Amino acid sequence: MKIRNPPTGEKNELNMTSMIDIVFLLLIFFVMTFKIVELEGDFSVKMPLAGTSNSTIDPTELPLKLRLRSDDTGTLVGMELNDIQMGSGPEAFDKLRGTIIGQIGSSAPVPEEAGEGPEVEIDTDYNLRYEYVIRAITAVSGYKDGDQVVKLIEKIKFAKPRR
Amino acid sequence: MRVKRDKVDMAEGDMTPMIDMTFQLIAFFMVLINFAQTEANDHVVLPNSKLVKPPEAPLVFPIVLHVAADGRVYLGGDDYTAETLRIGLDRELAVIRGEGKTPADANVVIRGHKDCAAGEIQEVVRVCQDSQLVNFALRVKEDRS
Repeated sequence: MKIRNPPTGEKNELNMTSMIDIVFLLLIFFVMTFKIVELEGDFSVKMPLAGTSNSTIDPTELPLKLRLRSDDTGTLVGMELNDIQMGSGPEAFDKLRGTIIGQIGSSAPVPEEAGEGPEVEIDTDYNLRYEYVIRAITAVSGYKDGDQVVKLIEKIKFAKPRR
Repeated sequence: MRVKRDKVDMAEGDMTPMIDMTFQLIAFFMVLINFAQTEANDHVVLPNSKLVKPPEAPLVFPIVLHVAADGRVYLGGDDYTAETLRIGLDRELAVIRGEGKTPADANVVIRGHKDCAAGEIQEVVRVCQDSQLVNFALRVKEDRS
């Protein structure tokens, strides 16, 4: 049987205004607080106060001395590793890394857990920009071989500040 | 005379695509938002290094020191000089001792500005050493170039 004049259903319309208001508020919040993440990492340094160690120092295990010199503006003007001149330009840090590899040898990697291995003492002029110190630490800590990081020296300490 | 008003049809735009887009934008920002960035400080621009990687596990008992280009040290919202930093460190160490730990268990995270004097960083390290702190982490930005 054909039904004539079917009952027309009432159209229920939800009021979307308040939801859209909140959604836009959320959007504005996220846009304002959004910050592009810069990945950061650490150079871990264990530096107890001098003289607290009970063990006697073996003269063969004296730290390598890295001397960084600067001018009045904080620019690096000279770098020496155990009195070996490294220069001051961009190639100086590559030379430093090469010298470190030559001195400690790259064939026997130091086990990470042992806490042993060579140590480097950084003696820097007071004014030298911190950026150069980090570049020097990077050069002595290791190098990248493809995606692999080859570690060289993990024990780093600072000498007393030069006023 | 009675005026008959014409009933005007209300023009309703279709809001569905706009709401879809808005939800997608919210989802995008929610996924990318990083509340851990609260460690950052506007006074500090970190130097770069190709060797560092983001730590896999967070440091235990971190004491974050921001060293600005002018040598001022920011710790927990207050600023200090290398000479007055001891006051702030003592406050942090009191919290650590309250939890039954020693200063040797704490990790000092030094976020130094790339242009600050290296001597200022050395002074900060020396003050920390005077407070029996031994574990330091020099924070740098990962250079992926």
